[in-house]
Amino acid sequence: MKRQFFFYLMLICSAAMLGSCSKNIIERTDNLPALTPSDIDINAGTWKTILLKRPDTFAVNAPALTNSPAYLAELNEIKGLQQNINSAQKSIIKYWSAGSVLRWNEIMRELVEKYNLPPYQNPDGTYPAPNANNPFAYPQFPFSNPPYAARAFAYISAAQYDALVAAWYYKKMYNRSAPYTVDSSIKALVPKTVLPAYPSEDAVVAGVTVEMMKLLFPTEIAFIQQKLEEEEEYRLISGANVRSDIVAGEALGRQVAAVFVARAKSDHAGAAGGSPQLWSSLASNISAQGQTPWISLEFPKRPPMLPLFGNVKPFLFDSLTVIALRPGPPPSTSSDDFHQENAAACAQIKNPTREQNRIVQFWADGVGTFTPSGHWNAIAADDFIKQNYSEVRWARNMALLNMGQMDAAIVCWNTKFYYFNPRPSQMIADIKTLTGVPNFPSYISGHSTFSESASTILGHIIPANASKYEAMSAEAAKSRFIAGIHTKLDCDAGLKVGKSIGDFAVYRAMTDGAE
Amino acid sequence: MNQNIIYKIKQIGLLAFSVFIFSQMQAQTDADAIMMNKNQLCSGPAYGYSTWDHYWEGTLHRINRNIGTVTTQSVMYMAVYGITGKLNVMASAPYVWTHASAGTLHSSRGLQDIAVFVKWKPVAYSFAKNKLSVFALGGFSTPLTNYEIDYLPLTIGLGSTNLTGKAMVDFQHKRFTITASGAYVWRSNVKIDRTTYYDTRQHLTNEVEMPNAAQFQFRSGYRGRYLIAEGVVTNWTTLSGFDITRNNMPFPSNRMNMTTVGAAIKYTLKQDTHLSVMAGGNYTVTGRNVGQAGAFNIGAFYAFYVKNNGNKK
Repeated sequence: MKRQFFFYLMLICSAAMLGSCSKNIIERTDNLPALTPSDIDINAGTWKTILLKRPDTFAVNAPALTNSPAYLAELNEIKGLQQNINSAQKSIIKYWSAGSVLRWNEIMRELVEKYNLPPYQNPDGTYPAPNANNPFAYPQFPFSNPPYAARAFAYISAAQYDALVAAWYYKKMYNRSAPYTVDSSIKALVPKTVLPAYPSEDAVVAGVTVEMMKLLFPTEIAFIQQKLEEEEEYRLISGANVRSDIVAGEALGRQVAAVFVARAKSDHAGAAGGSPQLWSSLASNISAQGQTPWISLEFPKRPPMLPLFGNVKPFLFDSLTVIALRPGPPPSTSSDDFHQENAAACAQIKNPTREQNRIVQFWADGVGTFTPSGHWNAIAADDFIKQNYSEVRWARNMALLNMGQMDAAIVCWNTKFYYFNPRPSQMIADIKTLTGVPNFPSYISGHSTFSESASTILGHIIPANASKYEAMSAEAAKSRFIAGIHTKLDCDAGLKVGKSIGDFAVYRAMTDGAE
Repeated sequence: MNQNIIYKIKQIGLLAFSVFIFSQMQAQTDADAIMMNKNQLCSGPAYGYSTWDHYWEGTLHRINRNIGTVTTQSVMYMAVYGITGKLNVMASAPYVWTHASAGTLHSSRGLQDIAVFVKWKPVAYSFAKNKLSVFALGGFSTPLTNYEIDYLPLTIGLGSTNLTGKAMVDFQHKRFTITASGAYVWRSNVKIDRTTYYDTRQHLTNEVEMPNAAQFQFRSGYRGRYLIAEGVVTNWTTLSGFDITRNNMPFPSNRMNMTTVGAAIKYTLKQDTHLSVMAGGNYTVTGRNVGQAGAFNIGAFYAFYVKNNGNKK
C-alpha cells in the first residue's frame, strides 16, 4: 500500500512539474512573422488625406545621394550596429517587424485599458474629474471611457494615415533605396522591399503617434518615447533605414500630428463633461416633458459620463448630420410599450445560461478594458495581420474603422443625452445585470452602435469576412440585452444608427483612391 | 474512533467555508491530525456561510456601496475513507451561491470544484503521555463545471486545477493538542471569456497565469473522546500576482492573502457514536485583495465500517 502511495505521490509531483512548464502563455501576436506587404501601394501618396490639404503640406528635404560621403557614413553606422546584435535587440526586431501601425495600435489599446477606471468619490459624495492640466493628480488624466477611447483611437489612426500618405508621396518622389539594397554587405534583418526608404515609414508612424499620445495620454510620455526609440533602433539595426531616413520620417510625423492636435483641442471634447447645472437641467428638462429621467444607479450617484460628447466635431460628416442621424424617441416611459420592453429584459435575466454569460463577458468591455472600440480594433488587427497590408494601407483601414467608432460615439451620446432615457434596472429594480451597468442613459445602445459601425466598414474592407463581422455585431448587441443592461429596442436602434455611420466610412473608403 | 473521523471531516468543512472572497482552497480539507481506521467510511453534508462588507483593494481597507455586503453560501458533501489506518483518502464537492446586497450585479451559483486528498501518516511516536505524529498529504482539485471565473467578487470559484503538497506535525499531551501544517499549492492557468485583459500590462490571450500559493495553519486545543474543541489560525499567501488597482474590479490572478482566526468544535453523540455534529467559525483579521469575511459552518456525519476487518474499536 505504501508503495502504491509513493507511486501516486510521484505522479502528482511530476504532473506538477509538467504543469509548471505549461504555465508559459504564448499570446496572439507574440510570434508574428515580419510584415511582408503583398502590395507596396507605391501610389499611396495620391490617396485622399483627412486633415492635410495636400500630401506635401509639410516639406521634406531631398535626401543625400547614396554615393555621397554623408550617406556612406550612415551605412557605416549600420554596419557597426550589426557587428554585435544582442538578444534584447533581436527581440526588438522581432516585435517591431510585425508592423508599426499594428504595434502602436496594440500600445494604444493597452493605455486605454490602463486608464479606463472611473474615479473614486470624494468624502462629500461628489466625484473628482481628471484634469488634463494636472494629469498626474488622482484621478489621473484621462479616464479613457468608451467615448474618450473611440476619439483617441480615431485621432491617432487618422493622423497616422495622413502622415503615411505624405511619407509615401515623398518616398515615390525621392525614390531612395533601403541600405541593404544600396550596400550588399548590409544584412537585411527584415524582409526586403522595393519600397523607397526615405522617409522611414516606421519613424513617421512613431513620430506622429508620440505627438498625439502626448495630448491623449500625457502621463505616459516617458513610456511612449522609449517605444519610439526602440522602433527607430530596430530600423537601423535591421538594415532597413539609415539615420537620415528616420530623422526625416519622425519630423514629418510630428508636423502632421500638430494639425490633428490643433483640431482635437477645438473639437469640443474638452467641454464634454458638462457641469452640475447641466447635469440637473438634463433631468429637469425630461421631467418637464412628463418622462422619467435617467438617474445614476451608483452610490453615491455619479454624474453621467461625458454628457456633451454628442457635440464633438465628427470626422466623417458635419454636426448637422449628427442631428439628422439621431433616431426618433423611444416609447414614453409611462407607456405599455416601454414597460413591456423592460419586462422582457427582466424575464431574460432571471436564469442566464452559461453560454449567455460567455457572450456577456466576451463583449462586456467595461471598466479596465479597451472599451468596445478597442475590442473592434483588436478584431480588425487580428484579421489585418493575415492580409499583408502595407503600412499605409494598415493605417488607412484603421483610420476608416476608428473615424467610424468616434462618430458612432458622437451620434450615440447625442441620442443618449437628448432623450435621457432610464436603464431597465432603473425601471425594474429586480433586474440584476451580468456585468456592470454603465453610468449614462440607456437609449440607444453604445455597444450596438459601435459594433455595427465597425462591422459595416470591416465587411467592406474584407468582404470575405463580412458575414462574420455582421454576426459578431449582432452578438455584441444581443449581449447587452441578455446582460440586463439594455432593452431590445435600445439595441435595435443602436444597430441601425451604427449601420448609417458605417456607411459613411464605406463611402469614404470607396472614394479615397485606395480601392 | 468515529469521532476522530468526523473530526477530520469537520476540518474539511471549516476550511471549505472560510474566508476567501470566493472559495478555492476550500475544497481542500485535511487540516487535522486524525486518521481513520482501515475500511472505515465517514461522510455527511455540511453548510457554510461567509459574509463581508469590507475588503482590501490591494492593501487599502475599504467598503463599496455598489456591492454592499457579499454573501457566499455553500452546501457540500464530504467523505473520508480509511484504506489503511495510516493511509486515508477523502473527497468533497460544494455547490456554491453568491449574492451582493447592493448595486445591480447578478448573483451566481453552481457546482464548484471536486477535491480529493490522500493523507499518509508515516511516523507515529509515543512516549510517556505524549504522542507525536507526522503526516504527508497530496491533494488534487478541479472544477466540476465550466463556471464563470472572470466575475469577481461574485464568481463561485477561481477555476484553476490545484495540486497541493502538505506536511503536518501533530503533538498530543494527554488531551491537549498542537497541530502545525504547511502546504504548497500549485495552480494551473485558467481561461476567461474575453480574449484580452490587463493586469499590470496588456495580455493578448484568454489565458491567465494563476500564481501559486502557500498555506500555513496552527491549531491547538482539547481532543477528548466525545468533544474536540480547538482554536485555529490559518494563513493563505499567494506567492505572486498583482494588486487590484484603484477603484477597479478584482481579478482571478490578484495577490490574495489572508490570515484568519477561528474556532472549531465537534461533538460525537454518546448515545450513538456513529453520529457526530460539527460547527466552526472564523474571521479574517488581515488580508490583501480579499474580503474581510466572517464565516461559519455546520455539518453532520455518519461513520461506519464498510467491511469488518476485525480491528474495530
